[in-house]
Amino acid sequence: MTTELPDSAVPPPTGPGESSPPPTRRTFIATSTAVGGVVVAGGVIGGTSLVGSEEATAAAASPAGRVTLTVNGTRRTVTVDNRTSLLDLLREHFGLTGSKKGCNAGACGACTVLVDGQRVNSCLTLAVRLEGAEVTTIEGLADGDRLHPLQQAFIDQDAFQCGYCTPGQIMSGVGCIEEGHTGSPEEIREWMSGNICRCGCYVKIVRAVEQTAGRK
Amino acid sequence: MHPFTYTRVSDTRAALDAGRRGGRYIAGGTTLVDLMRETVERPESLIDISGLPLREVGVTERGGLRIGALVTMAEAAAHPKVRTLHPVISEALELSASAQLRNMATIGGNIMQRTRCTYFRDVTADCNKRVPGSGCAARQGYNRTHAILGTSDACVATHPSDVAVAFAALEARVHLLGPDGARQVPFADFLLRPGRTPDREQALGQGELITTVEIPALPRPLRSGYLKVRDRQSYEFALTSAAVALHVRGGLIREAKVAAGGVGTVPWKLPAVERHLIGERPSEALWAAAAARAADGARPLQHNRFKAELLKRTVERQLRTVGGTK
Repeated sequence: MTTELPDSAVPPPTGPGESSPPPTRRTFIATSTAVGGVVVAGGVIGGTSLVGSEEATAAAASPAGRVTLTVNGTRRTVTVDNRTSLLDLLREHFGLTGSKKGCNAGACGACTVLVDGQRVNSCLTLAVRLEGAEVTTIEGLADGDRLHPLQQAFIDQDAFQCGYCTPGQIMSGVGCIEEGHTGSPEEIREWMSGNICRCGCYVKIVRAVEQTAGRK
Repeated sequence: MHPFTYTRVSDTRAALDAGRRGGRYIAGGTTLVDLMRETVERPESLIDISGLPLREVGVTERGGLRIGALVTMAEAAAHPKVRTLHPVISEALELSASAQLRNMATIGGNIMQRTRCTYFRDVTADCNKRVPGSGCAARQGYNRTHAILGTSDACVATHPSDVAVAFAALEARVHLLGPDGARQVPFADFLLRPGRTPDREQALGQGELITTVEIPALPRPLRSGYLKVRDRQSYEFALTSAAVALHVRGGLIREAKVAAGGVGTVPWKLPAVERHLIGERPSEALWAAAAARAADGARPLQHNRFKAELLKRTVERQLRTVGGTK
């Protein structure tokens, strides 16, 4: 599995409050690792980006494109290496690390987000193709401190253990409910089959989707 | 992933110009991006055709069904015309991939998708489809999911599509547009058996674009459906599958369209099964006798001997389901 990390030659996207973000678990771990002398490649760039030296060299000569899209209601313009997936754009450029990288091949669903209201695998979506698109990630679901009903249902139903697949499960569940494929537990199982949970929380995930669909 | 240039086109003329110069078309991208990341595919130039006006589903004056190449799998499956006229197409689509992938992938891209043979996807393995002349690791390797029909010494990879099996059964026509104009290709001639050139998979010229898949008019009433047998119940490729459409009038089968998936290097039309059904009265004995011909000519490999018998049973069960004797 290879990873297209952002091009260090490309300036990080400009946006409100992005100049010096407060330390997060992610940046804290990255910085601590560097201080501990276990640096394998690259470092922290722009507060959110880890760039491997090999990728950075390759990326410097690689074609890039400029794209304007809306992520969770905020309009963003960014220049990306053409190879950058939406998943890497979200995680590495925008610091939206809720969407997870599981297989990076469209087989696990951990990276599921909504693009123009449709659930898709962000790992198989090239960011440069998203001119004008509206993207919703797990970070954009809640209304302030009030959780989205499906987020609340996952808590009510205890629908996760390790939690790694959960953001993808919830985004896929939102799509599933919107599409109207929640007529029975069997139908939910079938239409949620693109999201793998290695902890095996499927029964409770189905209940959470059922609970939310029933309220609608 | 190797670097590539990216161009978005909004009309077919611009697409064809770019395609003629060697650009690679991208629509849903679910196969292409995946294989680019594995460096199996290394296009230097991607032409984004998702903005082209090829998103219509319609019925022709003569009663044929036309599905635009850029209609997504999800849209095609849910379309009222598709569901009413050809349930076998909707069922094949909804039993494919995942809801997320069906929202992205298109009908044109679906029939262009490449095999899931693990040796094809593994750039360290010998594969004549990926590197012509390098050999076939699957022949002596683990070949449980591979093809038993239409194979050659060079390649035993299956075609992974479900809806292509329905298209093969219904004798669809693929509408193409190229630098030299428009043409139509019967589905049976569109996807190529491997022979000695497994790297050549479709009867497409350089820069040719799929615009529409058309299902010709068939006599009504027509009952149809798709059965997919696999290792897990959902989100898995077929071990075997059967697409069946039957027109029964006056108690006799007048038209029978049958094809199988998961077993062939291309979607496998079953003319011997069809011939056995035409003119006959539906019965349990008829389904069994017709399905007994489903694996004619099969050449199983070391790990997929089970597929010949499974194929016959899959076809028999789906004939019974669609034919309605039980």
